[in-house]
Amino acid sequence: MSHATHALEHHTATGLDNRKVAIWTFIGSECLFFASLISTYLVYKGRDTSGPTPDEILQIPLVTFGTALLLFSSLFVVLALNGAQRGNRKAMLGWLAATIICGLFFIGMQVYEFQHFMHEGLKLQTNLFGATFYTLTGFHGTHVTIGVIWLITVFITALRGKLPPEKALNLEMAALYWHFVDVVWIVIFPVVYLMK
Amino acid sequence: MATSAVSHSAAHGAIHVEKTGLWSWITTVDHKKIGILYGATAFTFFLIGGLEALLLRIQLGTAENTFLTPEAYNQLFTMHGTTMIFLAVMPLSAMFFNYLIPLMIGARDVAFPRLNAFSYWVFLFGGLFLNASFLFNAAPNAGWFGYANLTSKQYSPGLNIDFWVLGLQILGISSLAAAVNFFTTIINMRAKGMKLMRMPIFVWMSFITQVLLLLAFPVITVALILLTFDRVFGTHFYVPAGGGDPLLWQHLFWIFGHPEVYILILPAFGIVSEILPVFSRKPLFGYAAMVFSGIFIAFLGFGVWSHHMFATGMGPIADTVFSLSTMLIAIPTGVKIFNWIGTVAGGSLQMRTPMYFALGFIAMFIIGGLSGVMHASPPADLQQTDTYFVVAHFHYVMFGGSIFALTAGAYYWWPKMFGRMLNEGLGKAHFWLMLIGFNLTFFPMHFVGLHGMPRRVYTYPDGLGFELMNQIETAGSLLLGSSFLIFIYNVIRTSRRPADAPADPWNGATLEWALPSPPQEFNFAVEPEVHSRDPLWETKRERGGTLPEPARVSSAGIHLPNPSYWPLIAALSVLAFFVALLMFAHTGPWPMVAAGVMLFFSVCKWAFEPAG
Repeated sequence: MSHATHALEHHTATGLDNRKVAIWTFIGSECLFFASLISTYLVYKGRDTSGPTPDEILQIPLVTFGTALLLFSSLFVVLALNGAQRGNRKAMLGWLAATIICGLFFIGMQVYEFQHFMHEGLKLQTNLFGATFYTLTGFHGTHVTIGVIWLITVFITALRGKLPPEKALNLEMAALYWHFVDVVWIVIFPVVYLMK
Repeated sequence: MATSAVSHSAAHGAIHVEKTGLWSWITTVDHKKIGILYGATAFTFFLIGGLEALLLRIQLGTAENTFLTPEAYNQLFTMHGTTMIFLAVMPLSAMFFNYLIPLMIGARDVAFPRLNAFSYWVFLFGGLFLNASFLFNAAPNAGWFGYANLTSKQYSPGLNIDFWVLGLQILGISSLAAAVNFFTTIINMRAKGMKLMRMPIFVWMSFITQVLLLLAFPVITVALILLTFDRVFGTHFYVPAGGGDPLLWQHLFWIFGHPEVYILILPAFGIVSEILPVFSRKPLFGYAAMVFSGIFIAFLGFGVWSHHMFATGMGPIADTVFSLSTMLIAIPTGVKIFNWIGTVAGGSLQMRTPMYFALGFIAMFIIGGLSGVMHASPPADLQQTDTYFVVAHFHYVMFGGSIFALTAGAYYWWPKMFGRMLNEGLGKAHFWLMLIGFNLTFFPMHFVGLHGMPRRVYTYPDGLGFELMNQIETAGSLLLGSSFLIFIYNVIRTSRRPADAPADPWNGATLEWALPSPPQEFNFAVEPEVHSRDPLWETKRERGGTLPEPARVSSAGIHLPNPSYWPLIAALSVLAFFVALLMFAHTGPWPMVAAGVMLFFSVCKWAFEPAG
């Protein structure tokens, strides 16, 4: 951010950085985005007259593993942020890399899952379950992908030594978004997989 | 106070000359310039939407008219509604958000100047995208509400609906980016001493509007995504043949659509609440009640959406709940109306043009509010729904409400924005012609509606008793349209006169009137400090009446954000992405991927360029 805005940031009306308020605002808005998708999924749940249905096709173990990865990645990104704020470059880069790897594994898990379901005969057009399932988890997956890309850009910045402690907010914003994406999954996982 | 800053005015030679060329507008990140861009663009779209309405009225002027084909009629009424809501009233409000919020809260700019430019460009491209559909003879034709399953591929195979769906998605991106920006600006950029309960009421209403935008737009984004999937990928979200339920669309659409109504009217409430006290020479009556009734309206706005769906047969429980919640909204709205009247009552009224429009707003909005309470009752609504009665109702709140207030705001802040006073006589002629034309157009619609004339139908048969009323409506609409010719003439005439408007022509109460007209690029040379709700009135009282005309000062040492063209390029990438999506069936996914890469690249350039 510029010097001019920096100067203003020191005495914002709330004392919070503008960008922090903005990312929280955006997350608040995103809640309604996923609420709409989840509601659509629930409204159409069990309305199909032909399969594949959720209990025929959903596999809990693999997704539980993916869920655990995502949960751990939230912890890792907190540790990375802690490293960034304390100026511990090694910790920051290490934990950030761990976060990114977890995110990539989650995306890989989802790609594998989607391909497997396609093979089993569940396509987007097959029935309401296919449409609502792929749309909901697909948009979540898109958010994870955007989060990973964001974290990678922060990682590259950090690698080039351009993320000193006073700029840790650049990582914190990505981390807040990442936590949000995780929290959404914590809702999707029971709604889709455990309540099948 | 801000005015103390200008006493040590710099030597004339040092005064910073602001850049004015085309490139300065393309790369601008100044909230005032962006506000003017919003205003000019939105007013142009307003004229286009108005011309569409006049064509509709000419068609309905006589029974069994053949001036328009049914298809042309469908396209025109759809584009009229979509244009007026998304391309006229919302961005005209955005003009005032942009221009006024930073000035009123004593800030140098919005929280994210480049994001602000991005919002504008995306809005412009979204508007052009929607209107480009006319060139392909494929303008949207299923109403601004786009009910399923009329919008399905089966019943609407052409590109019409695709233009509508994707156009609205583009405009949604613009609105959300702007909402994040203004929410942050109002929360964080207030001058010293400007507590929340000291904010000008326009800023409060704008703030509530941003919250509504943030919470309502994601819902229509999802609704439109599902519709896109139905049309492009063959899913059955709204297609009964595949088990889908067309009513899901109505629920999602109106969960967005009803808060959207308040997105259109709350800024108007704010504008009028600024104007009435100034021209009554009294502080706003019941400031806190005004704030909380605004919040209450917004809150209730999320709990009334199904009153648009009484005719779908939701059952007695749902009908009762939504009927009651809808009637409840009359309470905070009534509070506002009483407070406006309380502000005016006993004041020493200065009958200038902005005051005319503000008082006209109160009267017209009351009529619209009353007919609104009528169709809060499901049995009454079943008679009124899909008739011209509803058309009358929402034009009384949207035109009689929003447009009257926005016009009032235009006359009120024109000297601040352009340094020139609009002509009073022409302004009053504009008002009377608009008021008469408006009522001639829309009041008879109550009657033809209750007599059963259905809306959205391109003609009506002879002999049902609709002819006279429709002739009056058409004549009224021509008067209404011509009233804006007076406004345009007034603007052109004014622009040829010297820019000699004083800083504070109306004896205003808010901070923007402490600055020269128009304000300098950096707004306040020194951050103002606020001690009350009407800071400028307070300063004037303390100094015994009027303040000296503020001088223009040197900008030396004042840090301003750099201009940037990356917001424009990012907005172009967004446009390219949606054009590629429109052409998806012909070109496949690769153009979309290319546009996505371009967007990523421009956002990176934007993020890493030095901002100021």
